[in-house]
Amino acid sequence: MRQRIRAAVAVAGFACAVPLALAQGSATEEIEKYRQALQDGNPADLWEMRGEGLWRTPAGPKKATLEQCDLGKGPGVVKGAYAELPRYFADAGRVMDLETRLVWCRVTLQGLSEADAKKNPYGSSNRKSDNEALVAYVTSQSRGIPMNVRLDNPQMKEAFALGEKIFYFRGGPHDFACATCHGEDGKRIRLQDLPNLTAKAGAQKGYSTWPAYRVSQGELRTFQWRLNDCFRQQRFPELEFASPASIALTTFLAYNANGAPFDAPAIKR
Amino acid sequence: MADPMKIRANLAGDTTEVKVLMSHEMETGQRKDAQGKVIPAWFIQNVTATWNGKTVLSAEWGPAIAKNPFLSFRFKGGARGDKVQVNWVDNRGDKRSDEATIA
Ligand code: HEC
Repeated sequence: MRQRIRAAVAVAGFACAVPLALAQGSATEEIEKYRQALQDGNPADLWEMRGEGLWRTPAGPKKATLEQCDLGKGPGVVKGAYAELPRYFADAGRVMDLETRLVWCRVTLQGLSEADAKKNPYGSSNRKSDNEALVAYVTSQSRGIPMNVRLDNPQMKEAFALGEKIFYFRGGPHDFACATCHGEDGKRIRLQDLPNLTAKAGAQKGYSTWPAYRVSQGELRTFQWRLNDCFRQQRFPELEFASPASIALTTFLAYNANGAPFDAPAIKR
Repeated sequence: MADPMKIRANLAGDTTEVKVLMSHEMETGQRKDAQGKVIPAWFIQNVTATWNGKTVLSAEWGPAIAKNPFLSFRFKGGARGDKVQVNWVDNRGDKRSDEATIA
């Protein structure tokens, strides 16, 4: 809350071209206006810049850059790669989402141990995450490109089916599934409207607008982080970073977003 | 050392519009950590911008500016290819200078 107020002060003070909207309207509309007011100076750009630097700077025991990393469209092709992820990678023999693939490239190209490559997936101000910066850079190179995840082989179909199962799986102390909070139009919790991820529009917006700079946290957050936080809200055990469950759930949600022009890194309340 | 700024400078008519994103915590000095200890104030204090070496903006900032500040300003003049430099100094004496070319 405190940071939100401070952000509003900064907007009032410095982005003179943007009038602070204090008019009537639903909380959602106001949050949307606020989001647009901040769009032009989205601090997510700072993560993109840092990520591009990490991509191009030799690192790890092999002192290699990530420029030859194959994100699915051939070594070194970043443009449009995220819009087609997750996908099946023949060299690894499994389905990977962006983060899993980045771990793979940091291990195979740079010589990091898998544990090191998976360390610190979600950063804080005094512990910046390389993963978040790399994700910001790679995703920025798919902006405007329609999501196009293909279930064109058995492994992808299997991942999608598993993800769908997880989405509707009820459990935990509240007997909640993702679908409990995200399966109907017009629901809200606290002040937040809950997107209906089972309808096309909600599924597209919910996926294509991550990663995002969370003003309330002053950090860029990835889609993986979003899933983790929803696992927490659902009182489920922690969703392990780059795990098969995480990849499967991402595959299900990414496929359902197909057709939507990818629109991130974005900015959220 | 502080992360680089992102600076965009664009000419529109006879005016140059500059947009700057800075990477900074901007701690107010009002917050407490999980142990209840005050987190010391830490914020950008002075901001200047120069165009071809001439000062076009000079500002004093305080802790009321948000984390990762965004600054947008205009000045009369400038030509495509000219350099705009932005500098900040924070209350710990940390500083950062970055440059952009007017497009
Ligand atoms: C207890 C209710 C609850 C449950 C259960 C829940 N979520 Fe969420 N979800 C939320 C809230 C609250 C938000 C944030 C809305 C906001 O910040 O505006 C959210 C946001 C999201 C978003 C981002 C939507 C957007 O437009 O930015 C996605 C995607 C998502 N959840 C997926 C899931 C998945 C997958 C699960 C199951 C693992 C799940 N959620 C379970 C409450 C829930």
